[in-house]
Amino acid sequence: MSSDPSSDPSGARQSAPQSAPSRDTSSPAIELRGAGKAFRTPSGALHTAVRDLDLTVGRGEFVAVVGPTGCGKSTTLTLVSGLEEPTEGEVLVAGEAVRGINPDVGFVFQQDAVFPWRTVLSNVMAGPRFRGVARAEARERARDWLARVGLTAFADRYPHQLSGGQRKRVALAATFVNDPDILLMDEPFSALDVQTRALMSDELLDLWAGTGSSVVFVTHDLEESIALADKVVVMTAGPATVKEVFTIDLPRPRKVEEVRLQPRFVEIYREIWSSLGEEVRITRERGAGHAA
Amino acid sequence: MPPELVSPAVRTRAAKTGAADRTKARARAVRHRTLLVYGSRLAVLALVLGLWEWFARTGVIDPFNFSMPSKIWDQIKQWTLHGTAQGPLGEQIWYTLYEALFGWIIGVVAGVVLGIALGRVRFLADVFGPYVKVLNALPRIVLAPIFLIWFGLGPASKVASAVVLVFFPVFFNAFQGAREVDRNLVANARILGASNRRVTFQVVIPAATSWIFTSLHVSFGFALIGAIVGEYIGATKGIGLLVSASQGTFNAAGVYAAMVILAVVALVAEGLLTFLEKRLFRWKPAQPGTNR
Repeated sequence: MSSDPSSDPSGARQSAPQSAPSRDTSSPAIELRGAGKAFRTPSGALHTAVRDLDLTVGRGEFVAVVGPTGCGKSTTLTLVSGLEEPTEGEVLVAGEAVRGINPDVGFVFQQDAVFPWRTVLSNVMAGPRFRGVARAEARERARDWLARVGLTAFADRYPHQLSGGQRKRVALAATFVNDPDILLMDEPFSALDVQTRALMSDELLDLWAGTGSSVVFVTHDLEESIALADKVVVMTAGPATVKEVFTIDLPRPRKVEEVRLQPRFVEIYREIWSSLGEEVRITRERGAGHAA
Repeated sequence: MPPELVSPAVRTRAAKTGAADRTKARARAVRHRTLLVYGSRLAVLALVLGLWEWFARTGVIDPFNFSMPSKIWDQIKQWTLHGTAQGPLGEQIWYTLYEALFGWIIGVVAGVVLGIALGRVRFLADVFGPYVKVLNALPRIVLAPIFLIWFGLGPASKVASAVVLVFFPVFFNAFQGAREVDRNLVANARILGASNRRVTFQVVIPAATSWIFTSLHVSFGFALIGAIVGEYIGATKGIGLLVSASQGTFNAAGVYAAMVILAVVALVAEGLLTFLEKRLFRWKPAQPGTNR
């Protein structure tokens, strides 16, 4: 990355196109070294969301992060994206410390983050337009991605006229249209029903296959994480840190519904669950303690 | 033909005509209800006006103090046909409207700009917050006599009192609107590459418009109050002057007539605003059960 990291997030974006060819390919896509993040709660107490995070994501690798609910998985993503800065340790993207928002990063949020006052097409155009791409070119790229997610017929609709799955497709198209090197996904499909979810997972794999980008996919659904990822990272109960990393050796291309039925899948599932289940139990007991 | 072969077809047809009948009956019931509502509204109006007229004519209430609908109607007719003591009626309405509208526009623009600015820039909010609170705590209508001294009997003093009444509700709503923007939307825009300026103009302002519009409805009423009170205290033209002149000559019908005219003006303005809002908020889902 040749951009000047000390400039503000908006200033960094113009350098994206130039930096593309000169990318340093020796360093991993993402590297967290002893990263930690503590928040000041409204009452003034210090709340540690994540601590001592050590994690490496290789280029083109699909990494899923699983952990009990509310353990700080999302915080990890905000650190990588540059939306938040770590209070401890280092976060490196493509070998450079993260300062401000990196233009090579795409982020798909858990909740709907499409702009309700923009049409579907205009939503997908937003990214390129924000980055100073000419209107005509932005529209062309947006139409291309709308076609890839199967929403060409809905280009002129407003988000409230779409189903939850369609809105998620808009969010995916709006993210992919920026051609990110690193794709961060924060439980993107958790609000969808089970069938739509499987469908969207397959579509995500298809979309991702052509891009060669590195993905960090946060979820609390172990099945989803195994079906999608090359590597599953299990996090501890909050304050979160990496507990164990599992390599998923299922062959690609995968179909989510089919891969679930393979004996190897079940084996892996059992292995990871023995690690994750313990953390889930700890979280649940803590929750019960609070409730009592 | 055996009966069991006939019956399903017959039954479907019967069910179809039955369904059609029910649809018709339902439509009739809806029409009926609409008529009933309008009829009842008219009846309530007729009853109130009739009772008023009757009480005044039979001397239950003093017609000199309380006037009666027929006299008020005569007064409006006289003003319309022969003009008021201060000039033609249209001119009075125009002056009041002009002052209210002018004051409203200035108040709204100032309120929105400062509201968004303070909502977006923490530093400004911290510096000016207390002053705004103090000014808001003042009963601002008492400023009308001061404006009369400063700006004289002409429209300027009325515009000024309309501005101070309009500014605060608009300001607070815009401020709140800018503060309560969905954090995900802002984060998403920043990730997509939006600069701070773009976040303000393309995320915060659109998101705050529904907040701002709520205040626009209320504040136009305030603008009218400001103009009327200003005119009432001292003016050469306007509906407020009609009120004070009628009061000076113990013409109760005149006061009521001015009120009726004012109500019509306010309703028309409100209607225009609602129309505008509908055009602007096409991206919003229609709320079920409301006919707005």
